[in-house]
Amino acid sequence: MIDLAVVNVSRLQFALTALYHFLFVPLTLGLSMNLVIMEAVYVMTGREIWKRMTRFWGVLFGINFAMGVATGITMEFQFGTNWAYYSHYVGDIFGAPLALEGLMAFFLEATFVGLFFFGWERLSRVGHLVVTALVALGSSLSALWILIANAWMQHPVGAQFNPETMRMELLSFSEVLLNPVAQAKFVHTVAAGYVVGSVFVLAVSAWYLLHGRNVDIARRSMAVAASFGLACALSVVVLGDESGYLASDNQKMKVAAIEAEWRTEEPPAGFTVFGFPDVQARTTHAALRVPWLLGLIATRSVDTPVVGILDLVARARVRIESGVEAHAALQALRANPADAAAQARFAAHQADLGYGLLLLRYVSDPSAATSRQIEQAAWSTVPNVPVLFWSFRVMVGLGLFLILLFATAFYLSARHRFEQNRWFLRIAFLSLPLPWIAAELGWIVAEYGRQPWSVDGLLPTFLGVSVTPAGNVWLSLSGFVVFYSALAVVDMYLLVRMIRRGPDGLGYWPPERAPVGVQ
Amino acid sequence: MPDYATLRLIWWLILGVLLIGFAIMDGFDLGIGATFRFVGRTDEERRALLESIEPVWEGNQVWFILAGGAVFAAWPLLYAASFSGLYLAMFVLLLALILRPVGFMFRNKIAAARWRNAWDWALLVGGAVPALLFGVAFGNLFLGLPFHFDELQRPVFTGGFFGLLHPFALLAGVVSLSMLIMHGSVYAALKVGEPMSGRAAAVGRAAGVVYAICFIAAGVWVATAMAGHRIMSEVNSIGPSNPLTKHVALIQGAWLGNFRAHGSLWLAPAIALLAAGVTWTLLGRRRAGGAFLSSCLTLAGTILTAGIALFPFLMPSSARPDHGLTVWDASSSARTLFLMLVVVGVFLPVVVAYTAWVFRVLRGRITLEETRRHAGLY
Repeated sequence: MIDLAVVNVSRLQFALTALYHFLFVPLTLGLSMNLVIMEAVYVMTGREIWKRMTRFWGVLFGINFAMGVATGITMEFQFGTNWAYYSHYVGDIFGAPLALEGLMAFFLEATFVGLFFFGWERLSRVGHLVVTALVALGSSLSALWILIANAWMQHPVGAQFNPETMRMELLSFSEVLLNPVAQAKFVHTVAAGYVVGSVFVLAVSAWYLLHGRNVDIARRSMAVAASFGLACALSVVVLGDESGYLASDNQKMKVAAIEAEWRTEEPPAGFTVFGFPDVQARTTHAALRVPWLLGLIATRSVDTPVVGILDLVARARVRIESGVEAHAALQALRANPADAAAQARFAAHQADLGYGLLLLRYVSDPSAATSRQIEQAAWSTVPNVPVLFWSFRVMVGLGLFLILLFATAFYLSARHRFEQNRWFLRIAFLSLPLPWIAAELGWIVAEYGRQPWSVDGLLPTFLGVSVTPAGNVWLSLSGFVVFYSALAVVDMYLLVRMIRRGPDGLGYWPPERAPVGVQ
Repeated sequence: MPDYATLRLIWWLILGVLLIGFAIMDGFDLGIGATFRFVGRTDEERRALLESIEPVWEGNQVWFILAGGAVFAAWPLLYAASFSGLYLAMFVLLLALILRPVGFMFRNKIAAARWRNAWDWALLVGGAVPALLFGVAFGNLFLGLPFHFDELQRPVFTGGFFGLLHPFALLAGVVSLSMLIMHGSVYAALKVGEPMSGRAAAVGRAAGVVYAICFIAAGVWVATAMAGHRIMSEVNSIGPSNPLTKHVALIQGAWLGNFRAHGSLWLAPAIALLAAGVTWTLLGRRRAGGAFLSSCLTLAGTILTAGIALFPFLMPSSARPDHGLTVWDASSSARTLFLMLVVVGVFLPVVVAYTAWVFRVLRGRITLEETRRHAGLY
């Protein structure tokens, strides 16, 4: 049977380590792009100040990059250490994008990041710009491969169960690669990372302007962050990844949970701006609704319905009953692979095998499941509605606020009016944590909203876990909490110290050194 | 598309290439990490040693990350069984590896002696512990790991953390640690100015001697006092990846079976030892360039020796030998193996090419004077 203690603590560990890793990844994505823009201006205009800007923000980039790399190794290990059955069950498909991430993206980023720091006097201006651009390209490509892997968990395509090996196997890699969910996710997530980096530059620069330090660098940095950030913040919201959510039943369930849409409405459905979802009563109290809006956002049409939770649960129930058949046929095939009747039975029901596996949480033999247990399993396909409902609304609210922030910064930057508007500088500085909150909430919407599935419709999360004593996982989880907290303190301390010192206080410029060979 | 058996064999070789690439590239920065605190006696000397690896270690470590990813993609059963089975050992390895990126990046940011000493020790742990653990892991493969598969085909590990510290596994750990210290010292002798270069050469020679003694001792142990695994049932090299259908016997000295069957395979351990001798000699003559090449041969020869001895086993089981994972029953599907082969075939040469370019840009010896000039660069 499944040890639910191990499942819960493994999930907690994965969530904490992933959320922690995702504090650094978006900043790496966004800062590296800001560095490319600044250095490109330096190469085009030849003005030293742009090089100083690139180097100053580069120092902060480096500190953050190290944290991202350090916490990223944990993620690669963790599939194997804590989710061994998951790794075995879907490794044939899921392993490939992870390996390709190493080969095509991380190698690029990690090989050139050293030259970013050590190449200033060894490379030509253009040569160094190319190096910086390759680091930025590598980090964005890295996000692409990870999101292709993640999109496959959200919407598994191009794969089929093989009874001979008792696992999912690849049918078509191009389908995995061109997964529509992956495309939506990539644009959304990477643009969100660019926003994080831009807000970081904007907020730190605002702090300098408020203190009247490094004014030339801060003004220019704000101009870069405002224009790049505005474009990206618009992309994040307009190209939100909700568009990919209608590809399958469980993605529909995610949309329905985000919207607390209990019953299917006549299309186009209204959007609940505010309300209190009540899971027990299966209704949303005090709902403030805007007619038509949800239907338009979610389906991009006026006549496609947004299916409600109750209808989706009813569908899940049917699929669970079919999944029981698939599971029974599979047991017969394990005993005798040549059993033709079992083969036919399995072929007819294999699409629902994952739904049958949902029952393993309640009963060790799905064929013996009672109607009550099937009902329980069907309702287990509903993710936590209030958490998704609120996470989504706060995330979108923050996104809209950041658009406003960037637009104002852009306007003030164009008119050279930062110093006269100290109120804006204060708001810009105080906005520093907001994009991180939005990004983490986005992760919660995407991944907590995927529950109860590891791989949508194929593998329930509780089944993917390793067979390991819960004590081991508690030990590693406490280790991570202690170790990561200590690292966070050191990281914050260093970042604050470097920012306080500022471009004027970092001793290694302006006394520019002569290039190698020039005396 | 090549047939399934060929694909599996190729992927066994690619795994070897990635491990050798990892040992050659990341090996020297792990080795320097383990010793720079002693080879460098002042902060400046230590900074020079660190500067020889700071611009490149990050890329080097991706060989390890990629090897991990390749095991996930090509040998998912091995990935699942080894990472979950060695749970606490993996956690220790992970903590040591996490210390490296932050250690390199944070150390030079603040000049206080306590700060730098603390990060020096963190980098030492980050270099020495992985170098030791990789050998311990290989040693445990020879001993077999206590795991089996349950009725759901989930790998179940029945041993504990301290069970992994068998004397033979520790001996194998010393082999890998001394080998990588030798390799790192050769790199430091090549790349860093005096007086660190001379000290590194001396450390490298001593490590080479330790390596040779332990490598031979491990070989004698495997030949005379260890039961190896052998598949007794018929091998279906193109069958589905199901590790539960074979019969495995434990036979004294069976790990040398492949060498006995193909005498030319003895070249691998012979090259490993011979190259270690050449490294020792060249380091004595301060010919670090040649010594680096021969040191690379030692790494390749050692890893090949272990791989050949275990072949076709990837991860033998001591608890249920029949459940041990082999090249023929733990791989991905033929489609995935082929797809990944094509991608690796195209992109690994690209990686090697741009890595070579980066090393060319960074060519030259790092002297104390240069390190002084570079203060604050990283």
